[in-house]
Amino acid sequence: MKHPPGRRRLPAVLCAAVLATSAACGSDGGPLTINVYYSTEQNFDQVVARCTDEADGRYVIALNTLPRTADAQREQMVRRLAAGDTDMDVLGLDVTWVAEFAEAGWIQEWTGADRADVEAGTLEGPLQTAMWEGKLYSAPKNTNVQLLWYRSDLTPEPPRSWSEMLQMAERLRDQGKPHTVLMTGAQYEGLVVQFNTLVEGAGGRILSEDSTRAVFDEGAVEALEALRNLAVSPVSSPSLSNAQEDDIRLAFQDGGAAFQINWPYVYAAMTEANPELIETLRWAPYPALDPANTGTATLGGFNLAVSAYSEHKAEAFEAAKCLRSAESQKFSAINSGVPPTIESVYAEPEMEEAYPMRETILAELKKAAIRPLTPAYQNVSTLISTILSPPRDINPPETADRLRREVQNALDSKGVLP
Amino acid sequence: MSQTVVPPPGSTQPADPPRRQKVSEGKRAERKLAWLLCAPAALVMVAVTGYPIAYSIWLSLQRYDLRFPDQREFIGFDNYITVLSNGYWWNAFWVTSLITVISVVIELVLGMALALIMHRTLVARGLVRTVALIPYGIVTVVAAFSWRYAWTQDTGYLAELVAPESALLTERAPALAIIILAEVWKTVPFMALLLMAGLALVPEDLLKAASMDGASAWQRFTKVMLPVMKPAILVALLFRTLDAFRIFDNIFVLTAGAQETSSVSMITYSNLIRGLNLGIGSTMSVLIFVAVALIAFIFVKVFGTAAPGSDDRGRR
Repeated sequence: MKHPPGRRRLPAVLCAAVLATSAACGSDGGPLTINVYYSTEQNFDQVVARCTDEADGRYVIALNTLPRTADAQREQMVRRLAAGDTDMDVLGLDVTWVAEFAEAGWIQEWTGADRADVEAGTLEGPLQTAMWEGKLYSAPKNTNVQLLWYRSDLTPEPPRSWSEMLQMAERLRDQGKPHTVLMTGAQYEGLVVQFNTLVEGAGGRILSEDSTRAVFDEGAVEALEALRNLAVSPVSSPSLSNAQEDDIRLAFQDGGAAFQINWPYVYAAMTEANPELIETLRWAPYPALDPANTGTATLGGFNLAVSAYSEHKAEAFEAAKCLRSAESQKFSAINSGVPPTIESVYAEPEMEEAYPMRETILAELKKAAIRPLTPAYQNVSTLISTILSPPRDINPPETADRLRREVQNALDSKGVLP
Repeated sequence: MSQTVVPPPGSTQPADPPRRQKVSEGKRAERKLAWLLCAPAALVMVAVTGYPIAYSIWLSLQRYDLRFPDQREFIGFDNYITVLSNGYWWNAFWVTSLITVISVVIELVLGMALALIMHRTLVARGLVRTVALIPYGIVTVVAAFSWRYAWTQDTGYLAELVAPESALLTERAPALAIIILAEVWKTVPFMALLLMAGLALVPEDLLKAASMDGASAWQRFTKVMLPVMKPAILVALLFRTLDAFRIFDNIFVLTAGAQETSSVSMITYSNLIRGLNLGIGSTMSVLIFVAVALIAFIFVKVFGTAAPGSDDRGRR
């Protein structure tokens, strides 16, 4: 799938040399190739093919699929960018990597008309994840946000706050009904997402506004308490400290749980896997520690950036814009289940069937919690997930002190990663 | 090393010259030629080993994080202080030492047993040796994946067999045990191979003489075979200890360093490649280099291990 670099670069170089004397370059060296590096997304190749058609022969977009896990994706891109690899043009970045890549000078700033195009109609939350220090460094391609999934046969009305959810679960337990509260608690990014949502839901902060100081204020301590209390509670799943998205989706699908906090993809998955349960499956905004903040949830998703080492930046910007255009986003939302970043797409009639929960998603996106924007995010996240694992061993004020100390070191790029 | 140079064929050698002077003159020329012939190889070796070592030492003296290129500066030994006063590093160091000691001891015992079996087999000798070597022939990452799947809760057959209720790979002690098991399974054949070479050095006559004198099988093993094999055993231990101390792939696949199961190589990887901190990461690689050099030094100087080939006792 990956082409050896030499084979592609040679025609390009020849092409540049010939360009001065002849206009027949395209047919001689083959059309220009724009290499897109993106994680696995179903049917994304069709979006790529359509954008190649739109380029009308000026360039061909080649889709290079990155490894499945986020760490492996980042490592491949980082390693190649650090070596100044010119073969990567458009990069699919997880929303938490933009600051890092921008600060390192690996991705190109979006300016002028390109920037205006991206900003037009894009939701505020996802757009923030694409910026670093007031400049736009990427274009939000799709976003994501977790919802609370519940069953109308167990709880006709959804809980409006975190504590209400636990009370409901305990009542169900007393009645001998399925009562488990499922969330991702394994030592990985999913735990950091939960923690970030809980902190924001309590009105707290992880880092200071400018991302230079580790704050972990009162709200963070409250979030730590909530995590620990859930972990030791009888309504929690025994495998909490080992659970990732798909584990809890499966557990919920089997009918043994009352609540799950998970991404919207569970809806489509469950439609196929358990058509009976889907009848009673309902969704609600993420219940926050402070009921006023219910519906605040951490943003996920991907942004498209143009590599600073790309030799065809103009075409790369154009290709990236096409890949994240409203039309492409609509296609991806319906065919691959990834929520759009452009608000108008949610109003499209075809979205109704694929996204019955679109109103809730849109409402959450408008009060979204953004994970700390810092070039050292990877380190911050690794430390948080290590220190919070396993959640039952959290000792709120002490854990907060440790987080403050070690995360501060990470921000100063002084500490050691576990 | 250089006194074994053979005179090149066709070189004119007078029949019976005044020996001492003539030889030293010819030798000098030959030695010079030898150095010249070695020089390209030696230079390449220096370039591919010396340069990276020197470069990583140089990096380890800097504050150099790829994500903050503007903050690059020379900071002397600050990185060493940071790493050596850090809990994660020492945890990884002790985990590595534990894995090294336990796995090498088990490997030595099992490797010796396997070597004896392979040495003594009378029928289907080739088949036995080939089968015994299969684990060593499997790519470590592939083997590690099959161990991981075997120990995964709900789907793995070993997990089902041993502890169906708990996820062993996510708890520290069981995870370490599984890592050691995978490491032992993988490298026992290598140990056995090295030890078998040592077994071949034990003269049959000695064993026969010992049994004539009434030595039991155990006595023959401990009093005759082991002393004769000592150089081979030490070399095998040295190789395996150095290898085990740098353990990476098994841990990477099995736990990825979660639940404090990182080895020193693993923690270096996460700081250098994942964390992009060239300063701290290089400091760790230099420290691993020092540790490995120390292990080799102790083996050579204290236990008297000799490099294979330079050991006269081993020759017959």
